Amino acid sequence: MALNEAAAGTLLRTALYDEHKRLGGRMVPFAGYEMPVQYAGIVEEHNAVRQRAGMFDVSHMGRFEIRGQDAGRFLRYISTWDVTRLTAGEGHYSASCREDGGILDDIYVFCLEPERYLVVVNASNAPKLKGWMQEHIGRWDARLIDRHASTAMIAVQGPEALGRLEGVIGDEFVRSLRPRRCGETEWRRQTLFASRTGYTGEDGLELVIEAEAGPELWRTLLDVGVQPAGLGSRDTLRLEAALLLYGNDIDEETNPWEVGLDWVVTRDDGADFIGRNALVGLKERGPSRELVYLKAAGRGIMRSHCDIFREAESVGTITSGGYSPTLGVSIGMGFVAPELAPEGTELKVDVRGKPLAARVVPRPFYKRPKRA
Amino acid sequence: MPSPGDLKYTKEHEWVRVESDPSASSEQAIGTVGITDYAQDQLGDIVFVDLPAAGAGVSHMQKFGEIESVKAVSELFSPVTGEVVEANAALANSPELVNDSPYGEGWMLRVRLSDSGEIDKLLSAEEYDDFIAQGAE
Repeated sequence: MALNEAAAGTLLRTALYDEHKRLGGRMVPFAGYEMPVQYAGIVEEHNAVRQRAGMFDVSHMGRFEIRGQDAGRFLRYISTWDVTRLTAGEGHYSASCREDGGILDDIYVFCLEPERYLVVVNASNAPKLKGWMQEHIGRWDARLIDRHASTAMIAVQGPEALGRLEGVIGDEFVRSLRPRRCGETEWRRQTLFASRTGYTGEDGLELVIEAEAGPELWRTLLDVGVQPAGLGSRDTLRLEAALLLYGNDIDEETNPWEVGLDWVVTRDDGADFIGRNALVGLKERGPSRELVYLKAAGRGIMRSHCDIFREAESVGTITSGGYSPTLGVSIGMGFVAPELAPEGTELKVDVRGKPLAARVVPRPFYKRPKRA
Repeated sequence: MPSPGDLKYTKEHEWVRVESDPSASSEQAIGTVGITDYAQDQLGDIVFVDLPAAGAGVSHMQKFGEIESVKAVSELFSPVTGEVVEANAALANSPELVNDSPYGEGWMLRVRLSDSGEIDKLLSAEEYDDFIAQGAE
């Protein structure tokens, strides 16, 4: 069989690179970085996050601080969601669109103070988003500070994540963070940013700290029993939680209406933002395709680029697919015409010439149980 | 850990163990086929193994099946030519046996060899380990 472990060329390393090597992480190139795809194994790490607590090095994601009197208004202009609604300590998911409504990136915007925001963007889009913001920021009394290389970012996720974090960064601070809230505290004389967000479908925090303190924070979390998890389980976890992946499920040719991101487009505030006119027009015409969530009925694994069939007719393509460790079957997302999008629609996915029966199901595939 | 010395290997990371056929009616040898420990480790968690049924023919270095891990799908290549006597039925419900015991319970096929001479074309354990050490593809 062919085993492709791509060779590392001139790749960037995060502040936690030595930690990954020390833990036996299997390093792969990802978005220009050398990142761990797994340590103990994808399924073990996946289950650790679903059942206990796991942590991911997400330092490769772009982090930009926007400061100034117009910081909020500038971000409103490049964001589909009205970020001026955020008060200090709040965050919200949003998108940055082109003039034609195509998605440049899906982003997370946090308001730290009225004139200070943190924008977290996809690793693969970080240079593009930086350029985009710099292109437009000149009109505003605001400036961009690139915090990508100077900080490390760790996502701690799982039902036990908050409990473990309480002992490390302070129980009062951790308890003060409601879902989608953020704040800053001091950890070993360094400013530590934390937000009650994630990309796994579990509860937890995402932490940002000065790069030189990153390894110490990572090791401290390791000491309290948080299991290191790699990009492999990050992908299986986000797929079960039906969270979109830029480059797979969304790109510049995708608009928010096609992928269920209506809730991140604010049109009723009358404010201008890039892509507004195009998005209003696209909404009136209605989407020509919709992203659906598919669950396989048989053996076989749908993966991205597999064709979707209805009877003998090709009706779409899988954008993300894989094996769900929690459900024990293959799940995926893909685009089909709106008339094939209703839940319960029976489709087939071509898995290397073999038809795999799949049904349109509601999102998410996995929802965490309510815990007392 | 060195690969087991009693097996022969392919550069595609399959192994074969050759035994004489226990059914006295035939003089043809039987080969048991699987994938190596290195392969299962590289693939990671295995979730499906697609194997041919008994009676199917397999050919030296031709595809005989597919193996899906959480990470990726890979093709399986037969070290030997012959007829499948048995496919490991346990892998249908417990594909993780390939991870847990690649040279034991995780075996894949038992093949009645039609050309025992092919065995000489395969790698010894030492040659295979050298191949891996040099950075296998």
